[in-house]
Amino acid sequence: MLKVNNLHTYHGFLHVLKGIDLEVLEGELVAIVGSNGSGKSTLLGTLAGVYLPKEGSIIYKDEEITNDGVQMIVPKGICLVPERRQIFSSITVKDNLLLGAYHRYQKDKKTINKDYEDVVEMFPRLKQMLDRPGGLLSGGEQQMLAIGRGLMAKPKVLMLDEPSLGLAPLIVKDIMMILRKLCDEMGTTIILVEQNLKAALKVADRGCVLAHGKIVVSGTSQELLHNPKVQEAYFGKSSKKTEVPFNTGKKEVRGKKLI
Amino acid sequence: MEKKDLKKIYHNSPAGPIIFTVLLFLMPVFISSNYIFTIFIMIGFYALVCNGMTMLTGFAGQISLGQATFYGIGAYSSAIVTGTYGLSPWIGMIAGMILGALIALIVGIPTFRLKGHYLALATLGFGIIVYTSFKEMKDLTGGSNGFFGIPTINLFGFEFNNDLRYFYLVWVFVMIGLIFSRNIIHSRIGRALRSIEGSEVASDAVGVNIMNYKLQAFMLSAMFASLSGSLLAHYVTFINPELFGAMTSIYFLLMVIIGGSSSIWGSIVGAATYVLLGEILKQLVPMFLPSAGGEFEIMFFGILLVVTLIYMPNGLYPQFEKLFSKFKKKKEKVQPPLQVGGDRVASGGENQ
Repeated sequence: MLKVNNLHTYHGFLHVLKGIDLEVLEGELVAIVGSNGSGKSTLLGTLAGVYLPKEGSIIYKDEEITNDGVQMIVPKGICLVPERRQIFSSITVKDNLLLGAYHRYQKDKKTINKDYEDVVEMFPRLKQMLDRPGGLLSGGEQQMLAIGRGLMAKPKVLMLDEPSLGLAPLIVKDIMMILRKLCDEMGTTIILVEQNLKAALKVADRGCVLAHGKIVVSGTSQELLHNPKVQEAYFGKSSKKTEVPFNTGKKEVRGKKLI
Repeated sequence: MEKKDLKKIYHNSPAGPIIFTVLLFLMPVFISSNYIFTIFIMIGFYALVCNGMTMLTGFAGQISLGQATFYGIGAYSSAIVTGTYGLSPWIGMIAGMILGALIALIVGIPTFRLKGHYLALATLGFGIIVYTSFKEMKDLTGGSNGFFGIPTINLFGFEFNNDLRYFYLVWVFVMIGLIFSRNIIHSRIGRALRSIEGSEVASDAVGVNIMNYKLQAFMLSAMFASLSGSLLAHYVTFINPELFGAMTSIYFLLMVIIGGSSSIWGSIVGAATYVLLGEILKQLVPMFLPSAGGEFEIMFFGILLVVTLIYMPNGLYPQFEKLFSKFKKKKEKVQPPLQVGGDRVASGGENQ
């Protein structure tokens, strides 16, 4: 469905993506994990058309979309739920949701209301707060709103940038379950960028690990969960060799605990 | 959620605006003072400019420090078209609005390519250039001496040649402007504009063409300012560049902030506060400080701005709205519908 070949993206002089090759099949939930600064958000931004790559190609449904801007890509069915949710805080939950359907307002004006009702049904917590400004919602509710806003675009591919950021584990679990459900029941292809390795790989079909702008490991979620290379990509060294960074008197291995 | 409830949320009761309009248009029945009419006419001029600026600042999140420039472009266009070429004032008005929009487009295109508040800097610089041009293009504008002999407006032979008639003319324009802006705000365009003000990253992600909308909002605000300038020129029949300097632009911004930029009704509140307080100050200050010059106004409004930003960061209008809601609540004993965009939410923390 989405094929990425040798993608190179720069932020000014900074070479962030250094040749990404990736294929995402229809109806799949793919997790992209990696430590800070590995290029995860840039990859999603490039796929969504927010950043234009310098080299390489992005093929979506046999059509090249490499240099299409975000305004052209969203109507084609690729939608990004940006990092830190980016809720429109001064406008109501309803308007936030309707803004998600912005690009198809003229085309399918009639179906928007139905989609809106469907999305509201999908997130019962939002139903109680439709008239509340987005900024007054809790972190978890905001994330649900951000996903709902993304769904209003009726995407074939939904891309989420760190939806677990700053959320309690239980809420993260809820959000991940919602994503799995979207994938299974609605057939939406999902690309999930996460720091929370365990939470992401638990629900994903496949995953790949990004480090220094390159995909270093990829495979099924189960494979990745037990792959020592994944820990290496996260912490810079193999977990077996991991030592306590400071002499705190405790013998536990920090790296292992964190994962 | 019932559809009825949803409608209620998004379309506030029109009672307030209707009562205001009826009272305003009936005012001359009870008051026949030309001084009061003049004050209301001035409020109308400023409210028109602020209406456009509210769209730009409150909704698209852009700050212009050169709105007096467009006000001046409208005034001089009308003056030149009618005074020099003897054409109809309506042609002058339309020419001014088109010119204002075109200039906004030319200034806006390079400016909106940059992120951040570069529009404020660009418009400030541009304002100074135009102000100097008004002064130096003596053949066209009359230079510092000003432009004399601008005719009054007439519509099908009906001359708007006294304060009462002009009061109605100006306020009809203000009301049309408000209805126009209100319709924009409650449409898809309004939502898109608000989204830009909320988060550019997210509005980009949902496919909103940010640059286009910013440009359109800027052009619209320039057209409102230009229209107001044209009306001013035909009212005072004499204009000079001093009316359109950088200080006037700052006062416009001040009116928008004091009135409240989150609602278009804030433009009337801001303009009224500025004009009324200015008049009161002119009476009061000489009584207590006989040697004070005109600068006291700048000081006073500076302090007022700081106080407003500390205690009422959303401006005065939301306070009126709260009062009105309380009154309604008492009367109906029902929770009033929430005003969309009435209170801004504090930014920061987890909720961002």
